[in-house]
Parts: sequence; C-alpha cells; structure tokens
Amino acid sequence: MSNELLKVENLEVQFKSGSTVTKAVNGVSFTLNRKENIGIVGESGSGKSVTATSLLRLIPTPPGNISGGKILFEGKDLLTLSDKEMRDIRGNDISMIFQDPLTSLNPVFSVGDQIMESIKLHQKVSKKEAKQKAIQMLQLVGIPAPEKRLNMYPHEFSGGMRQRVMIAIALSCNPKLLIADEPTTALDVTVQAQILELMKKLQDEFNTSIIMITHDLGVVWEICHKVLVMYAGNVIEYGTVEEIHDQPMHPYTWGLLDSQITESVEDHEMLTTIPGSPPDLRQEIKGCPFAPRCSYARDICFSKAPEMVEVKEKHFVACHFQTKETRLNRKERSTHVRAVVKS
Amino acid sequence: MGKYILGRILNMIPTLLIVAIIIFLITRMLPGNPAAVMLGPQASAAEIEALTEKLGLNDPLYIQFFDYIGNLLQGDLGNSLTYNMPIIDLIMERFPNTVILAASALLIAIIVGVPAGIIAARKQNSIFDYAFTTFSLMGVSMPIFWLGIMLVLFFSVNLGWFPATGMGSMDEGIGNFISHLILPSIALATIPTAQFARITRSSMLEVISQDYVKTARSKGLHEFFVICKHAFKNALTPLLTVLGLQISSMLGGAVLTETIFSWPGIGLLIIDAIGKRDFVVVQNMVIFIALIYVVVNLLVDISYKVVNPRIKYGKGGTN
Ligand SMILES: Nc1ncnc2c1ncn2[C@@H]1O[C@H](COP(=O)(O)OP(=O)(O)OP(=O)(O)O)[C@@H](O)[C@H]1O
Ligand SMILES: [Mg+2]
Repeated sequence: MSNELLKVENLEVQFKSGSTVTKAVNGVSFTLNRKENIGIVGESGSGKSVTATSLLRLIPTPPGNISGGKILFEGKDLLTLSDKEMRDIRGNDISMIFQDPLTSLNPVFSVGDQIMESIKLHQKVSKKEAKQKAIQMLQLVGIPAPEKRLNMYPHEFSGGMRQRVMIAIALSCNPKLLIADEPTTALDVTVQAQILELMKKLQDEFNTSIIMITHDLGVVWEICHKVLVMYAGNVIEYGTVEEIHDQPMHPYTWGLLDSQITESVEDHEMLTTIPGSPPDLRQEIKGCPFAPRCSYARDICFSKAPEMVEVKEKHFVACHFQTKETRLNRKERSTHVRAVVKS
Repeated sequence: MGKYILGRILNMIPTLLIVAIIIFLITRMLPGNPAAVMLGPQASAAEIEALTEKLGLNDPLYIQFFDYIGNLLQGDLGNSLTYNMPIIDLIMERFPNTVILAASALLIAIIVGVPAGIIAARKQNSIFDYAFTTFSLMGVSMPIFWLGIMLVLFFSVNLGWFPATGMGSMDEGIGNFISHLILPSIALATIPTAQFARITRSSMLEVISQDYVKTARSKGLHEFFVICKHAFKNALTPLLTVLGLQISSMLGGAVLTETIFSWPGIGLLIIDAIGKRDFVVVQNMVIFIALIYVVVNLLVDISYKVVNPRIKYGKGGTN
C-alpha cells in the first residue's frame, strides 16, 4: 500500500454566471500522505472551501465546474469516476465537516438517524448493529448518555455538541481522509480547544488524514504536518509546518503571520492587517496576484506570474525574489500595522 | 399533546356555535315563506299555514333558534321534508360522494403539483422553471366554472371521451366510475395543483442551499434522497398549511364543481336545498362543512409536530 493518500494536481475550478467566469481555484497542487494532516490557510475568498468541496466533487454544478487537473485518491483520479463510484467514496473513504454545526445537521431528523444513515449507507449492517455503532460513535466523541441522546434532535444540543455529532457522522465509516472546513470557527474559544483535542485524539485512533481549513494558524501549528497557503485561488507557498513556521518565505505568508493576534506587553492586542484587498477573480490576473498589495513588489511582479519553485527541500514558494538564488529581507512587522485593538 | 388536542376540540364548540347562529339568521332572512315554496304554487292557504306551523316557523325567532340548537346538541339533525328522510341519512348518502371527488382531486394535486414544484426548484431559472411559473400562475387564477365548462365542451361534447355529468355507478364497472370522475376531479384539482406546486417550489428553494443538504450529499447519499428526504422534509411545513387550506376550500369548491358536473355530493345538495327553501338541510349542511373545516385544521396542526420536531404545543393551550 502506497504511503501517498491524496495527490492533487493543477486543480482548476471556475464559476460561470452569464458571461463572467470566476476563477476560484487556479492550479492547486499538493500531496498528502497517510496519517498526515495538511492545513489550508488564506484570507476569505482565497478558494479554500472551493478546493475542499471539489475534492468530493460537491461543487454546485452549474454554476461551478472543475475545469482542469487531477484528484488522485489512492491512485484513482476522482474526476474520472462515475456518480455511483463517487457516492461510494463520499462519507466512506472521504468525509467532510463544515464550519457551522448549527446548520449542518438536519433539524427534522434525530441525531441517531443522521449517524445511522451514513453507517447503513456504506456498511452492510443490520439496523440493530447500526444503532449500536451510532451509540459507540457518540460515546467516542464525548457525548454523555448516548443511548438517550440518540433520539434527540439537533436543536436540543449545544453548538459544541453538534460539532461532536458531525464528527461522529464523519468518522462513523472509518474514512481515510477527513476534510474539516473551519470546524471550530463558529464555536467559542473553550469549545474550540475541546473540539481540536477531540479531533487529534480520534485521528490517532482512526488513522485518518485531515485536511484542515482554518484562519487560525495556531490550529495549523498544533495539528498539521504540512501547510498550503492560498491566495486568490493560487497556492503561493507550500511546505512542512516546520519550514513555514520557522522560515516563511512569501510576503503574503508574512502578512498572514503578522495579522495573527498576538499579545503585547501592556495586555494590548496588536492586530496587523495586510493593506488592500484580494483581486477580483472574475478578471484576468496578470503577473503575481499578490503584487498590488505587496510592499516588496517590483516591475516584473506586475508583468509575469511567478512559478512555484522548490526553494528548499519540501518548501515551495511562488515569488520572483524567493528562489534558490535570491532572497528577500523581511521587514519589521510594524511597517504595516493598521490597527491596535484593546482586548 | 393529548391535552393540546382536547383543548383544541373544546375550542371547536364556540366556533361551530357562531357558524350555527350566522347560518340560522341568513336562512331566516331569505325572502318568501319556505312552506309556500316547498308546497308549490298549487297549494291552498290552509295547507301552507299547516306546514308553516309544523315547521315551527310561526314561533318567535329565538324559540326557533333554541329549538334548533337544542336538537343539534342532542345530535338530532332533524328531518328533511323535501327529501323525506332524516338529515343524517342524507349526509351519509351524499358526503361520501364529495369525499371521493375531493380525494381524487387532492391526489391529482399532490402527484402533479409537488414533484413539479421540486423539479422547478432544482432547475431554477431553466426553461422548465419559466414554463412552470406561467402555468402555475394560470392555475391559481383559473375560474373553476369556466374551466369546468371548457372541459365538458372539449372532452365530452367534442371528443366524447368522458361523460359530461353525473356519477358513474360502481355496478357498471370501475371504468365507468372513473370516466365520470375524471373531468370533475381535474376541474377541482386545478387550483390546488398550482398552489401546491408554487409553495413546494418556493419552500424547496429555501432549503436546497442549506448546509444540511450539503452534509447529506457529503455522506454519499443519492441525489434523489438528498432532495426528497433531507430537503423535502424541511420544506413540508408550509406545504402542510396549504394542504389544510386546500382540503377545506375544496369542500367549498366542490359546491361549484358538483353543480357544473351534477355530481351528487353535499355541494349539489346544498344548492338544491336552497332552491327548495329547505332550511333544515341548508343549516345542517353548512354546520357540517364547518365541522369538517375545523377538524381538518386540527389534523394539520397535529401533523406539523410530526414533520417538525422543533414545534412544541402549549399545555392544553390554544396556540
Ligand atoms: N457557488 C458559488 N458561485 C459563484 N462563486 C462562488 C461560489 N462559491 C465560491 N465562489 C467563489 O469562489 C471564491 C472562493 O471562495 P471560497 O468559498 O473557496 O473561499 P474561502 O477561501 O473558503 O473563504 P472563507 O475563508 O471566507 O471561507 C470566492 O471568491 C467566491 O466568489
Ligand atoms: Mg470557506
């Protein structure tokens, strides 16, 4: 069994509406090994969710369309599978959890029904066994009195509990890959930590690889092995967590790191933002998509798109000035401090 | 839940009582002595006077009213002189015919309207959706009497496919029975079909983009189940409301349809009884229809709970 679980090559996704085409994902590539976690980070609208949903071929079509690339899952290109074959993979080999647990469970079916539905769909088990398995899953995700909870409806659960139920559904068929699209964003801080803890614990138990989409780089450092930094539908930096954490190279990644909330001495929170806003994806982008916002940009950045270069082992960057031969000097973060917020 | 239902049933009594008062007053306000109309032009004054006395029409209005309510409360609906039978038997004879017609129309409305609405929502802004919108708008605004007459003209008179009027007896075979049923059912089904279709489309559109629909897909469910199970059950609440309203108004619409097609149900009976000034029949039939209304409403309210676990009813309350 090859160690490589997922290999995405040059994935392109477009949304058409009338005569305008939005290039939401523009040549994303990465590989993920078994039991490995990858974090996808980037500003809002950078194409993280579209990338993730495309992996399961769940992009609403129309208007969406996977217009190019390959998604090799255990060597099979998911884009060539029939609908039936794809359905056998969803929820079984690859499952997904979403950002908002308050809306991602169906309000009119009991929690038990929703867990058992997946189990019955993908495993040849009796009703009784499915129920047993559902109870076991609820127990595993830390829901007390699971037999009783099985018959309850989502509105009788708190947000954190519901996300636990979503995790139970997602893991109920022992998937090889779990895609988590900002699974903790909608929860409050203490619950966030619990859910992350749970995901880490279960990952060890189930040997599942995780694609973790998040705004929170802290989450990435904590549970991921690799990081994919996306900007305007492009991957601009990609490498191991150690590399990106210790030696980030792309000016955009620097901006992202600087805009994470950090505590200063006087108990203030410094909030740095990257000036400007992402480009309009409906327009053809010439040169580097980040150039207009980049304080290091020079003429070439506006005329020629940078290639993805492996600057060091397992560290890829798309920047004209971060290559094997040349390096940029990172400026002090204070150069683009935008706001200081009292905590 | 039991308390809630009991409360609702108790609540029906004042509603029905008010209907009883109103219909009593209306029938008494109709011009002409009912006894004279019933007996016809050849009757002598003495005969008319005797019948007037027998019907209790000489008593003061309030006595008539209390007699009538008193009997009603004892479950005695009285006798019809013009039909020469107890009213309860009259209802038993006619009501099933109305139920057959309404059920068949309802069946058409659900089988055609609901899937059409689902498909239109799935294919929003497609040609199908536009055609759908046009036809459903035509459907809800269709005058039934006009449609009924057109159906008769086209399918009975011109094509001769179906009989124009009356109800087929089962004794002459199911084919005969159904061929009589088709045209009135279509006429009666038109408005509800369009209503169901429109409400299904709009409530499906609301739920189809919800996260839990995405979750259902991500589980690997077939699109059919994603739509017809996960999305549709969430779209059911508004549909049930319309269903209840339509069942109620079908009984009203049946008066028109039954008249056009001479369908021997309660609608035709009421029209007939009004012509014959048979107050007793008219009063009781109207109260009977009112009773059906409130019962259907209660059933709809109870069914909300079945499709939507978030709905909770106040204890014994009236909400
Ligand atoms: N259904 C859709 N129709 C049209 N355009 C879409 C659709 N879904 C996404 N897009 C476009 O794709 C781009 C990327 O969106 P995506 O949801 O992947 O961003 P994201 O990185 O997940 O952002 P966030 O952090 O806010 O979740 C957006 O600019 C958006 O305009
Ligand atoms: Mg997103």
